[in-house]
Amino acid sequence: MRHFRWPLIGLLLGALSACGEEPASDSVRETGLAPDTIVSGYAFLTPETQSEQDDDFLNPANLWVDEGGKLFLSETGVSAACASCHGEGDMRLDGAATRYPTIDHASGELVNLEGRINLCRTRHQQADPLEYESEPLLSLTTYVASLSRGQAISTALSTDEQVFYEVGKTYFNTRRGQFNLSCRECHDLNWGKQLRGDTISQGHSNGFPAYRLEWQTLGSLHRRFRDCDAGIRAEPRTYGSADYLALELYLRVRAQGLPMETPAIRR
Amino acid sequence: MAAIRISALKTAKAGEIIELKALIRHKMETGFRRGSRGEAIPRDIITHFVCLYNGEAVFEADFFPSVAANPFLIFYTRATESGTLEFRWTDQHGTVSSQTANISVES
Repeated sequence: MRHFRWPLIGLLLGALSACGEEPASDSVRETGLAPDTIVSGYAFLTPETQSEQDDDFLNPANLWVDEGGKLFLSETGVSAACASCHGEGDMRLDGAATRYPTIDHASGELVNLEGRINLCRTRHQQADPLEYESEPLLSLTTYVASLSRGQAISTALSTDEQVFYEVGKTYFNTRRGQFNLSCRECHDLNWGKQLRGDTISQGHSNGFPAYRLEWQTLGSLHRRFRDCDAGIRAEPRTYGSADYLALELYLRVRAQGLPMETPAIRR
Repeated sequence: MAAIRISALKTAKAGEIIELKALIRHKMETGFRRGSRGEAIPRDIITHFVCLYNGEAVFEADFFPSVAANPFLIFYTRATESGTLEFRWTDQHGTVSSQTANISVES
């Protein structure tokens, strides 16, 4: 109970907020998953696929990590390489991916890792933003996310993020599509059960961008969302849409500190 | 040039059996699939792989449409002399992607 450590702030916020919202904190939040049952999508893979993910040579997602690492070091044409800022010192990106999505303070918008890379390109590198789901953006995102491999995903939620968190939570819990299913129906209430030939996972985001066997390639979390929405015969949102960004934020908090596995393999 | 990952020992003893691993990025499009508008997606696959040890083929493989994307091979050869191992993939258009690894063999 983190807010007991800050009784005064808790009281103040309680007094200020008529509807009794929780103060912003990194405490474990109430989601549809009991904290002691949380497991990564890794747990739902076959032992063969698990060992493929664990083997740094064999894991095909490392092809994208390699490529992203090269792009990170290379100049973008008119400006310096990512590595010229982020190569060493305080600006290193180890652990950075655990904090995304988060608020971009300059614009007040919610951005994910893909969005941050593109903001860096337009603001600091005088380069054009990369198209969502394009190979260079996937490679860079996978490379940057892989620098946080093994680190716990942040559950911290600022007051600014709180609004987006609620949007994401609503998206997660809202039934939609011809099957009239929400994310919750599968990933909170029925994980571990069989859906035809497949075991339903808890739907965590800690391995993305991930190499999916179904895709036979690597893809972003938003591509995964689109597949889920198409699967329940709902209209998929566009890549980088506000709904998906908010959902991504909800999933970050919902993972409750699972370690990052990017580059992971998923079915 | 396609992205390639090679794993080979840098040094080996003469006569030792060495494990070689080769992974290449390729979509291996089967030619049997159709796009969202029902149009056939043309076949695009790697058809041949060869590993040359100082110019001599020590392992060869023919690939067909059922081989998965980003094909991965593990195979073995006997270390005989110092030199280079060349891993060479040829696709159906005749485009060659290759990478070499040096090996030094101690007697």
